[in-house]
Amino acid sequence: MTDKYTQLVSQGLGKDVAKKLGLPQPVVLRRHHPGAPLVTGPVLVSGDSAGADDLATTMLGWGLDVRRNALPKEKLGAIILVLDAVQHPADLGKPVLTAGASLRDLSPNARVITISRTSQSARTPATAAARQGIDGLLRSLAKELRAGATANGILLDEHEDEHLATTSPSALGALRFFLSGRSAYVDGQFLTIGSASGSLPHDADKPLAGKVAVVTGAARGIGAAIARTLHRDGARIVAVDIPAAGDHLAAVANEVRGTALQLDISRDDAGHRIIEHAVERHGRLDIVVHNAGITRDRLLANMDEGRWQSVIAVNIAAQLRINEALLASEHFKDSPRIVSVASTSGIAGNRGQTNYGASKGGVIGMVRSTAALMEPFGGTINAVAPGFIETEMTAKMPFAIREAARRLNSLKQGGRPEDVAEAIAFLSSDSAGGISGEVLRVCGQQLVGA
Amino acid sequence: MAAADVTTDGPLESATHPQTTRSAVIVGGNRIPFARTGGAYVKSSNQDMLTAALDGLIARFGLQDERIGEVAAGAVLKHSRDFNLTREAVLGSALSPETPAYDLQQACATGLETVIGLSNKIKLGQIDSGIAGGVDSASDAPIAVSEGLRDILLDLNRAKTTVQKLKIIGRIRPKDLAPDAPNTGEPRTGLSMGEHQALTTAQWKISREAQDELAYNSHRNLASAYQRGFFDDLITPYRGLNQDSNLRADTTLEKLSTLKPVFGKNLGSEATMTAGNSTPLTDGASTVLLATEEWADAHGLPKLATVLDGEAAAVDFVHGKDGLLMAPVFAVPRLLARHGLTFEDIDFFEIHEAFAGTVLSTLAAWEDEEFGRTRLGLGGALGKVDRAKLNINGSSLAAGHPFAATGGRIVASLAKMLHEKGMVDGRPARGLISVCAAGGQGVVAILEAA
Repeated sequence: MTDKYTQLVSQGLGKDVAKKLGLPQPVVLRRHHPGAPLVTGPVLVSGDSAGADDLATTMLGWGLDVRRNALPKEKLGAIILVLDAVQHPADLGKPVLTAGASLRDLSPNARVITISRTSQSARTPATAAARQGIDGLLRSLAKELRAGATANGILLDEHEDEHLATTSPSALGALRFFLSGRSAYVDGQFLTIGSASGSLPHDADKPLAGKVAVVTGAARGIGAAIARTLHRDGARIVAVDIPAAGDHLAAVANEVRGTALQLDISRDDAGHRIIEHAVERHGRLDIVVHNAGITRDRLLANMDEGRWQSVIAVNIAAQLRINEALLASEHFKDSPRIVSVASTSGIAGNRGQTNYGASKGGVIGMVRSTAALMEPFGGTINAVAPGFIETEMTAKMPFAIREAARRLNSLKQGGRPEDVAEAIAFLSSDSAGGISGEVLRVCGQQLVGA
Repeated sequence: MAAADVTTDGPLESATHPQTTRSAVIVGGNRIPFARTGGAYVKSSNQDMLTAALDGLIARFGLQDERIGEVAAGAVLKHSRDFNLTREAVLGSALSPETPAYDLQQACATGLETVIGLSNKIKLGQIDSGIAGGVDSASDAPIAVSEGLRDILLDLNRAKTTVQKLKIIGRIRPKDLAPDAPNTGEPRTGLSMGEHQALTTAQWKISREAQDELAYNSHRNLASAYQRGFFDDLITPYRGLNQDSNLRADTTLEKLSTLKPVFGKNLGSEATMTAGNSTPLTDGASTVLLATEEWADAHGLPKLATVLDGEAAAVDFVHGKDGLLMAPVFAVPRLLARHGLTFEDIDFFEIHEAFAGTVLSTLAAWEDEEFGRTRLGLGGALGKVDRAKLNINGSSLAAGHPFAATGGRIVASLAKMLHEKGMVDGRPARGLISVCAAGGQGVVAILEAA
């Protein structure tokens, strides 16, 4: 699945030539597989707050090789920059420069992760400035890293009386996600931890054990990858797609030992049918992944009503209607999860995709607004926004456009369907219980647009 | 039969009510869309299609790795390599390889007979679950070598020396090289099935208009069933086909009336049977999941209907006593009598449309006073079938008729219709299935809503 150019420049002569010519040098990314270590080398925890100490202690408990100070010439698997106590931009210098001195010692596919607090919750302008400064710092740093290394940030939210610890369950969950190969194609992104809800899994390789997950659009591409990944993580799968895609759907359902439900999600009773199927066949319903989506691209000047309406109907109106049924159902009350697939087109826009952009922007609005409705019963709803992902669909793009799209990100390559699926699996897990209303981009830090 | 033959077959042989404590429920079914011969499945073997139908069923009901009590299926047109067709399909499917299977062959009644046979095993307590099915390909039909060449080849195989072998090879003559193509002719009369039916159609004076109207209703009913999504959980697409390729949703009585007759052109009476009111050669496969109530409950699976009972009959068509496809005319009254039922107690009639003339001749025989008295041993006519209850979701004239697959198509569809109907006047809704078959045979069955 690695594209040919990446293969060529990853080794031998191709690697030397690309380096001399200053060509982009993508590497084969470290991806998760069951039993894989969380991180590939020692972890440097930088920062002198109590939160940094607590975090270092917790990570030692995970059996990681934790350093509070870098050893000369030692290759590092990750640097965790704990900045939860900064109160003024001047506080950033020392810890950031200390971490900077170790960047050259990062192994390929290493991780840099900041942990800080949301600027919106700051009580003084100086604290807000320091916290927001981390945003710009992190996104810039992500663009400086090489060899498959990524930089992502964890933001701890603050409410009136709730002061989230660096070791709150979902902060640790997000930390593990960012450290692991599960986040291979997530780069330059922040995840906000909104509450102390959630819990780490008993079995790190089966974080979704005992859960029943519905995946729409599961017959192929990203949807099939989501079904496989959630199944790998222990969930029982209900694979949903339109009746016309039933043969591919059956193959996926059989592969993941789940059930196939041939259903047009834009039908009025789709939500009811989904709940009924999950509960009757599998006894419960914990996770719904809204992945089904269509494109009907045209410049707006050439757009007809059919193209516009069908995209809105399938990509957002169906999700809204199904969510209404889920929220009203007694079977969806046990810390349930909804994860929607949005798109960077819904954030940064894309020429020829006004309809698609509207629908995917709509998904983001829906997710933010629905979070409060899920909260009373411990539920969460989030979105994942994929960038350029290597699928059958993108394989049909003209060569030059595809090649450009593929390289215009910090990792200089397209993502895989599995990368999107990993983010969804994480947001579906108990360890993401404190994360809701968020949009996580899986785009390798796309360089153009937002 | 209003003709001279007035010998009665004596009073109806009505066996005692079957004393069973277990019932056999129909959980659901799956088939692939039926394709006109030479169409979408031209490169598919019986084993390919049966495996696809099985895999769709497995996906729909989550039966991966399940050891099913027994799988029974068959094909009418069968290659010698398909001696263990059903077992081979099971081994190629997602079922447990420890699932036993057997082949059955009863011409066009094959599919329905597998349902009855497995139901009986379930009722007897021999198995708790079973999958019945059937498949046929007229596209991938076996072609045999001539009898002369077969003799020579067998001798050649037995020859020991080179001289013997050369002598035997020298016996081959050009005429031996012409292959024996398959045909649907009756071995004992040399007449094709269509010509046989033409005799019956003429005998019962069935008009061209009545036959065209039945064909028109079949297409209209099938199209409307597709339209409202009736087949969403009964069919899994295969090889790019989403619905039966023989279906002509836009056909009209005018169009049907313009078709030239193809059978019965030399009978002295008006030829009325056309390609429009006869079924075409078709490729396809179907499966039905049967189980005890307990097995269905334990697996969280639906219970659509129960298989009440079945009955087979045969007629002496060789000497012209009855028409080739008229055996169900005798099977139905025997089955009804065994359960003390009349047509009034039946809510759906599924009479396989081998030819429109077959259905209409059957109905005419049941409505005929003299036939009822002299041939069925009744006080008069058996009764009149309410046309509003006949083949209401279309039948073989529209869907096509892959011989052994037709029974499974009818059983699964009828079970769903009965489940949707539920109770009628305080009793479970009831459906009657009638399938005629080559060799002057017929198999019928009664299902009840569960």
